[in-house]
Amino acid sequence: MNYEFDFASVLERWPQFIEGAWMTVRLSFPATVIGFVAGTLLAAGRRSSVAWLVRACGIYVEVIRNTPLLVQVFLVFFGLSSLGWQVSAFAAALLSLVINVAAYSCEIMRAGMDSIHRGQLEAAECLGLSRRQVYWHVILRPAMEKVYPALTSQFVLLMLASSITSQISVEELTAIAARVQSETFRPFEAYILVAVAYLMLSLLMRAGLWACGQMIFTRRRRLGAQGAGR
Amino acid sequence: MISGGLNIHHLYFLLIGAAWTICLSLIAFVGGGIGGGVIALCRISPLRPVRWLAIGYIQLIQGTPLLVVLFVCYFGLSILGFSLPGIVAAGLAMVVYVSAYMGEIWRGCIESVARTQWEAAECLALSRAQRMRLVILPQAVRIATPPTVGFMVQIVKNTSLASIVGFVELVRAGQLINNSIFQPFMVYVLIAILYFAMCYPLSAWSRKLERRMQFAARPVGPA
Repeated sequence: MNYEFDFASVLERWPQFIEGAWMTVRLSFPATVIGFVAGTLLAAGRRSSVAWLVRACGIYVEVIRNTPLLVQVFLVFFGLSSLGWQVSAFAAALLSLVINVAAYSCEIMRAGMDSIHRGQLEAAECLGLSRRQVYWHVILRPAMEKVYPALTSQFVLLMLASSITSQISVEELTAIAARVQSETFRPFEAYILVAVAYLMLSLLMRAGLWACGQMIFTRRRRLGAQGAGR
Repeated sequence: MISGGLNIHHLYFLLIGAAWTICLSLIAFVGGGIGGGVIALCRISPLRPVRWLAIGYIQLIQGTPLLVVLFVCYFGLSILGFSLPGIVAAGLAMVVYVSAYMGEIWRGCIESVARTQWEAAECLALSRAQRMRLVILPQAVRIATPPTVGFMVQIVKNTSLASIVGFVELVRAGQLINNSIFQPFMVYVLIAILYFAMCYPLSAWSRKLERRMQFAARPVGPA
């Protein structure tokens, strides 16, 4: 193999890569937040006692989890516009990512909520907590604490999956690689560079989410410190 | 509307695309399964460098999107001087991707075999290879079946990315049809239905296996 790597010509376009990375962040951050909230509501819906709501949420989750994100993105972008509902590429990308991550966080949160022991709910009732208080203090927060690691990896996967939105011309990292390679004719280098950028983003995201977890769930940290001190 | 829209030939073309999706999924599953097995064994190897290499590989692949892996394989192969059809690049990328995820799943399964089993096997003076083959792996396979079937859903879904390097599987077939009849909503809904038909049985099967495992794992009381 007599291929000479030439990273210089690709690297000198670094402002474009930064721009792309920023777009990836701008896409995945709101998608994660909105998707998580929607997923939690869906999980609450699946656990409710209203039969049709349980069914509807169940069908939604199954449909989304059993079809590729690429098809969902195309369906939202091309499908909606052909039905006369013009949306920008960014809005379509964000919407499909939210739709997607909501289904996955629903399943994760449901597992967390199901793992709350009945005795806890009964105890909360005996203490005279209102329904809202029970939901927040006894179900939601402990459930989130339990499934936080699973949520973390799901959110990182979402950030990586946002690369698929390059296919509807959202100018995020992967799309930038495609643009740079068409300018420099150095596709291999461009994509390797983008792979490294994604790797760094996912490491940063893991570290950030871990730090968030440490801040939000102080109880576990205290318990851990006590255990270590013993 | 210029042409009559969707007809039976289009459906036939879509079904052929679906067959190629299954074909690529099988390549990814078999190749990735072999690779994943090797990675899982390396990951728990007593040799530190081997273990680190496996960890590095898993972190690298799990930290980059499959789409980028796919492009690196696609352009990497062409730089090596091969001008190969899309299925080779797509197959290679899928194998690389699947082996990292399966390796990590299977490692968890091997490690979740009860510690006492390892110790008992050691007490019986079995060598490490014998211990693995005769005691640990048969039990790990049982534990690994539900998550493996669950991951097959991800494999089938992710083969859709092969359409981007021009391999005519289900999504690409749909795009080609859409180019001629221009009814994106209907075409993509059809594609989604076909994917659902392929993935849902796998999801349901995985859930069933999981439930059965839970019953099996329940402590057996006096009958």
